[in-house]
Amino acid sequence: MTRSWIDEALAQSEPTGHQGLGAEGRRQLPLAEPGDREQQVLDRIDRARRRRPKVREERVTMSHGSGGKATHTLIEAIFLDAFRNPLLEPLEDALTTDSYVVSPLFFPGGDIGDLAVNGTVNDLSVAGATPLYLSAGFILEEGFPVADLSRVVESMRDAAAAAGVQVVTGDTKVVQKGKADGCYINTAGVGVLGRDADLGVAQARPGDAIIVSGPIGDHGITIMLARGELDIEADLCSDTAPLNGLIAGLLDAVPEVRAMRDATRGGVATILNEIAKAADVGVLAVEDAIPVRPEVRGASELLGIDPMYVACEGRLVAVVPGEAADRAVAALRAHPLGEQAAVIGRVREEQPGIVQLKTAFGGTRIVDLLVGDPLPRIC
Amino acid sequence: MRFVDEFRDADKAHALAAKIAALCEPGRQYKLMEVCGGHTHTIYKHGLEDYLPESITLVHGPGCPVCVIPMGRVDDAIHLASQPGVIMTSFGDMMRVPGSGGSFFDANAEGTHIRMVYSPLDSLKIARQNPDKQVVFMAIGFETTAPSTAMTMLRAAAEGLTNFSVFCNHVTIIPAIKAILDSPDLRLDGFIGPGHVSTVIGCRPYEFIARDYGKPVVVAGFEPLDILQSIYMLMVQLSESRAEVENQYSRVVPWDGNLVALKAIGETMELRPYFEWRGLGFISHSALQVRQKYAAMDAERLFQVPGVRVADPKACQCGEVLKGVLKPWECKVFGTACTPETPIGTCMVSPEGACAAYYNFGRMNRNRVAEVAQS
Repeated sequence: MTRSWIDEALAQSEPTGHQGLGAEGRRQLPLAEPGDREQQVLDRIDRARRRRPKVREERVTMSHGSGGKATHTLIEAIFLDAFRNPLLEPLEDALTTDSYVVSPLFFPGGDIGDLAVNGTVNDLSVAGATPLYLSAGFILEEGFPVADLSRVVESMRDAAAAAGVQVVTGDTKVVQKGKADGCYINTAGVGVLGRDADLGVAQARPGDAIIVSGPIGDHGITIMLARGELDIEADLCSDTAPLNGLIAGLLDAVPEVRAMRDATRGGVATILNEIAKAADVGVLAVEDAIPVRPEVRGASELLGIDPMYVACEGRLVAVVPGEAADRAVAALRAHPLGEQAAVIGRVREEQPGIVQLKTAFGGTRIVDLLVGDPLPRIC
Repeated sequence: MRFVDEFRDADKAHALAAKIAALCEPGRQYKLMEVCGGHTHTIYKHGLEDYLPESITLVHGPGCPVCVIPMGRVDDAIHLASQPGVIMTSFGDMMRVPGSGGSFFDANAEGTHIRMVYSPLDSLKIARQNPDKQVVFMAIGFETTAPSTAMTMLRAAAEGLTNFSVFCNHVTIIPAIKAILDSPDLRLDGFIGPGHVSTVIGCRPYEFIARDYGKPVVVAGFEPLDILQSIYMLMVQLSESRAEVENQYSRVVPWDGNLVALKAIGETMELRPYFEWRGLGFISHSALQVRQKYAAMDAERLFQVPGVRVADPKACQCGEVLKGVLKPWECKVFGTACTPETPIGTCMVSPEGACAAYYNFGRMNRNRVAEVAQS
């Protein structure tokens, strides 16, 4: 990255109504009321945010893996651009693939093995598919203990059994010591779409309710603490779990579900932003209504992280019509994984594209996509 | 959660807001500066402005440690990190601050080893684990973080570590406040004083603001009710035409500061003759450097540091934003060319920066929000 990107960025920015905003310039310009001027700037930003994203960096940085803005930009500008086709574009799949590079490989509540199975099962399930078969590809580092590999594979077997899927094909590669970090896994999965409902975050409509299936942020905070770099201990487990059972129950009770997502990298905040952007609607979430375990809140406070951005590996975010909200929450709570399900917000017409939060303090603020990566390699 | 929820109580906030509104003289406009970036972050994160009447404007001050680091210092740090055998350690906030050739993250993608640490002491751990490398800690911050850098140096000296050094960029808050008070651009009615800085330096150093400039100061804590109460205390002073230094954050801030911390800073560091602040220019005696006694731990003495002054991009108006002359959205590149993902100015990088706080949390028309929230 060189200075030139700054010039380029400046060239792209639209001319404004109030150049030369030094104190001098401001006094000379006839100005609109402050509220109007601020609104003009907000509108200009809104237009800037709707432009096609562009990767400005010359090299991949850790931010590109965060699940936040940089990840979205990378996917839209590099991958979607190259592979563009009608099935890929909505980013809602019935054939999915995901790679797992979590560090450490073993953590309270799970390991890279069950994470790799559950993650792909969940990707299929939230698309409304019944997951059936998985592939598993391993990249192993020279010197990786076979006992650890067995442990990982056994945990994959157990997770597959629990989710009712089979691992039907696989691949193994070994790279020299230092060229990988122990063990990486890729899983791909196929499922069948049981119903012709058109699920997708673009289906969200004003008046819809947004529901999470349980406390958020457990996985991310667990991984962070498991790395032992922070000298903080808490009685926390990853929430890694297969969501297909929970989702089947929800779809039976509420066939009119509009969209589902599992809140992985980027957390619940990222999904709310995807809803607002894809459906061009506003989202109003209520901080008090969002379930967060005290341990997760405490650790987040200490570390200056917002739990809304912390990854989960077994939590569902669902958008349902407002009148079906109670039915949906009841259906989720009937399943062990959804006992603390709650409505956390509403879709609305106002402020399209923007997620707003009513804070517990009683104020309002925006919840934007995450920039940068507070915590790499969580899944 | 104990010790957090008590300070975020919406009922108490409503009660305070009513008392604040009652103190506003009709037709008078109030401009209060929160000096510290931590306060700016709290104000936006909790939507505190929703509780304030239109006549009170909060002006965001220069107290964001990342925001005041000039581009040239970032370039110097990357130059240090590029020396063979160097591992640099840095607080996470610094990682995305753009130098003229990119940020620490970009430098890492090109091969430097700049590691994020949560405490400077973690640098010593890395130094012990890598005896064949030189570990350089990128020290930034006001008096808040200077003691932890000082304590780390003292511990390294006690342990006899020879492969640890500090690239010292610590700055001091009082000269910056004075620069703002002397700036002709801005008329302020009072200051919400920095809380964490004051845990170290105490409240006494602010007395000149009340005595010589006639402005009230209330040292404030970082929870939203702390700030709201401090605004109330400022408004009481203004309504009684008083100008005094008061301490709202007395549960943490001793009037005379933390003598142990001050002693550690004094032992290891001394004032620089001058230091460049981003957007504010050179301010004399506004920063700290490593004392001669600890020269073996001073990266600026151990390595050749280019020290080239890099001018800010022309369009960047960080200086005006840091001084509170411009609101973030009044900068002409705000939100279009300069965004948190590709920041041009430092104020857009740190979560404590006024531009980042406004972009991430406050980018909306509050009047309209209030109407929507009520309906």
